[in-house]
Amino acid sequence: MPEYTLRVNGASRTVRTDADTPLLYVLRNDLELNGPKFGCGLAQCGACTVHIDGRAARSCVTPVSALAGKAVTTLEGIGALDKLHPLQKAFLDEQAAQCGYCTSGMIMSAKALLDSKPNPSVADIKNALAGNLCRCGTHNRIVRAVQRAAVTAKAGAA
Amino acid sequence: MIPAQLNRRKFLKQSGIVIATFSLAGPVAIAQQTRTTLPGGLNNNRMLDGWIRINANGKVTIHTGKCEIGQGILTALAQIAADELDVAYERIDMVSADTARTPDEGMTAGSLSVEGSGTALRFACAEARGMLLAAAAQRLNVAVDKLSVTDGAISASPVRLTYWDLANDLNLKREATATTKPKPPEQHKVIGKSVPRRDFPAKVTGGAAYVQDIRLPAMVFGRVVRPPSYRAQLVSVDEAAAKMLPGVVTVMRDGNFLAVAAEREEQAIKAAAALRASAKWSETPDLPPSGPALFEHLKKVPSRDSVIKAVVPFASGGGKVTTIEAEYTRPFQAHASIGPSCAVAQFKDGKYQVWTHSQGVFPLRTDLAKALKTPIANVTCTHVEGSGCYGHNGADDVACDAALLARSTHGRPVKLQWMRDDEFAWDPYGSAMIMKMQAQLDESKNIVGWQHEIWSHPHSTRPTSNPAGSFVLGGWHLANPAPPATPNNSPQPSGAADRNAVPLYDFLRQNILLHYLTDMPVRTSALRTLGAYANVFALESFMDETALAAGVDPVEFRLRHMKNPRARAVIELAAQKAGWQTNAKGNGTSGRGFAFAQYKNLAAYCAVVADVTVDRSGVVKVTRAIAAVDAGLIVNPDGVINQIEGGIIQSASWTLKEQVKFDRQRITTRSWADYPIFTFNDVPAVEVHLINMPNERPLGTGEGSQGPAVAAIANAIANATGKRARDLPFTPDKIRALLA
Repeated sequence: MPEYTLRVNGASRTVRTDADTPLLYVLRNDLELNGPKFGCGLAQCGACTVHIDGRAARSCVTPVSALAGKAVTTLEGIGALDKLHPLQKAFLDEQAAQCGYCTSGMIMSAKALLDSKPNPSVADIKNALAGNLCRCGTHNRIVRAVQRAAVTAKAGAA
Repeated sequence: MIPAQLNRRKFLKQSGIVIATFSLAGPVAIAQQTRTTLPGGLNNNRMLDGWIRINANGKVTIHTGKCEIGQGILTALAQIAADELDVAYERIDMVSADTARTPDEGMTAGSLSVEGSGTALRFACAEARGMLLAAAAQRLNVAVDKLSVTDGAISASPVRLTYWDLANDLNLKREATATTKPKPPEQHKVIGKSVPRRDFPAKVTGGAAYVQDIRLPAMVFGRVVRPPSYRAQLVSVDEAAAKMLPGVVTVMRDGNFLAVAAEREEQAIKAAAALRASAKWSETPDLPPSGPALFEHLKKVPSRDSVIKAVVPFASGGGKVTTIEAEYTRPFQAHASIGPSCAVAQFKDGKYQVWTHSQGVFPLRTDLAKALKTPIANVTCTHVEGSGCYGHNGADDVACDAALLARSTHGRPVKLQWMRDDEFAWDPYGSAMIMKMQAQLDESKNIVGWQHEIWSHPHSTRPTSNPAGSFVLGGWHLANPAPPATPNNSPQPSGAADRNAVPLYDFLRQNILLHYLTDMPVRTSALRTLGAYANVFALESFMDETALAAGVDPVEFRLRHMKNPRARAVIELAAQKAGWQTNAKGNGTSGRGFAFAQYKNLAAYCAVVADVTVDRSGVVKVTRAIAAVDAGLIVNPDGVINQIEGGIIQSASWTLKEQVKFDRQRITTRSWADYPIFTFNDVPAVEVHLINMPNERPLGTGEGSQGPAVAAIANAIANATGKRARDLPFTPDKIRALLA
């Protein structure tokens, strides 16, 4: 099996796998990251969303061989329990989940939005998250969390 | 395998789940004859130490047979324990749903967990607190009533003693008596607060939180290759070719059960695809017709007929009555969990350890043992969270798949997750249903007669639904199968197919009939609310139709027929908060609807006002929903709001978008493209108003709003357009046809 060196959450990681292996399985199984989730394997639900070079991407349909020289960021890469990212903190503050299975994908899609548009409208947020499915019905809480994170990030930057 | 154990501990530690090394003491048999009824889950699990451990290290371990399925139950139960014991919330560790370690509380279902486990914990913790105080009084030689407790510290001037000092002497190995009264509401400090969910920090940071996150040494990855249709028979398959594929550890074929395990997950997926491609199946077109023809068909198939309730013969109507009739339908609908079902299983030394997100680890163990042809004692099932399930999804089935496959991996643990199409095609759907309604109005425009006639498949085919069968899919497919048996409909007052068909309104003559269709060519089981979603849709839509015929405002009409004061209070509050205007008519494109139900006629009372817009292309949009809820004593207000709000949004998605598709042979709903659900731009603004009733027992809320939500939307469409939609879901094509 060929070897691939990836840059994941700032660290260089080498994995041995087939060229067409979806990034998702490398992240979850080789690198033991829990953030990205398997939801559909069809790029339909957004549970596996990560960032590739700062852009939101579906890791379930991204072959590992397409990542040479690119930087991958997962939920684990944006903050941690003792150093929460404003979005992670806002999701806790708004209690913006029920089962939480979609949460990682929601946060990563929202981060891609805030990175390019720090003051999004509600419509911007809904459009940015339209490809991420939530089944528990916590959409309104998620929108509020993204709004809150936008405000905190601004306050933090000021 | 010690490393496995260590790794398991690491996983469980990260996930906030506590390892406890003691075993659960069973109920004491000799007490059988003089048993008194104990409150909630205590009645079947009577030993205090089965629920509570006071530890010398300053922690309290609470055991519950209920499990977290995304609704915050473990947070709410910890709140209850903290208050009744008088310890800080942070001291509480929760151990949940494990056949080796916790009480058997059956299923975590039916919006019963706060009522069942919460009530048990209120009494058990109050009693344990009393025992701790009695022990302290004896040791300090002071009267119990001179003692007070703050966070486990017992004060009796001048000395001070703590629960943790007393921990080793406290003997909770005895039956609860439930003679110590739980605290009155004015003494609650943690109950009634919106304590943040204890499982969320891990979930927002990528901590191990789900069964999908379990990683054990030497673990292999499994996939199952299901038949292309329910009753297809495997004629041939090229197992040898699949075995040659890279990384494949084992290919298992037993009858129609086909599965593969590989070193890497993507290798298992590829091998499963190869098996699927080479497999030849013989199939028969044995599915019912779909679309409107389905409902004609359901009325013709054999049924078990029963009278659910008959009050004053319906046909006896004296005086002059006007009779109104209408018929409503609901299609097969899916749980559609975001994460496909997953389990980890290990088979070693003749024993199975299964990590599962099943809602009932004890019933699962019983039916797994049948499928695996092993004594129950050889199977341990431990709950670990999965994606939200909303009832009986693939959780139990995938646990069986993993356990079967684990038999051929030489002791190596197997993690098996279903693919998206497994989840859609094999999900035990919420049953298609027909509700035929008839009402009699007297000359004063009051309802004097009410008939509700239901055609439905079973709503629970969960493990142990009938002890004569086994209800895990993998077992059905084996060469020597463990087949299911015919499930029974649960009796009233909760009911199943007939859930919420009995009106809470005061109608003189009532006739509630069920045609129970036990032959299930399409597999069905418990989808959140069981029959209540469809029955409340029909009942509350028909209330509006009858109100219209009577020329009375829908809210006024409901109140006129409702004596129950708590029901009246939520109806009035929802109307008031929404600014309900008597007899307001929609303008052709926007309208407002009202509906009410008390889930199961036993759980939370909930009224919903929905605002909709309907455009000429038939697209319905729910713009806003306002709910009023009485859930008795509220343990966690934000938790209740989250449940009611989520229930409205999920129900609105069922109502406007969702139906399982099939042809005469196969289920054709295989991906999200075939089964669209609500996305962010579909979701209404939701307001939830709570009525706290601190002196009443807590009532379940997880299924409280789905029924009122669908009917409020249907009534809003009728209010907007003057046309009545009676066939779910209200897709643009149907609404266009209605408006034409």
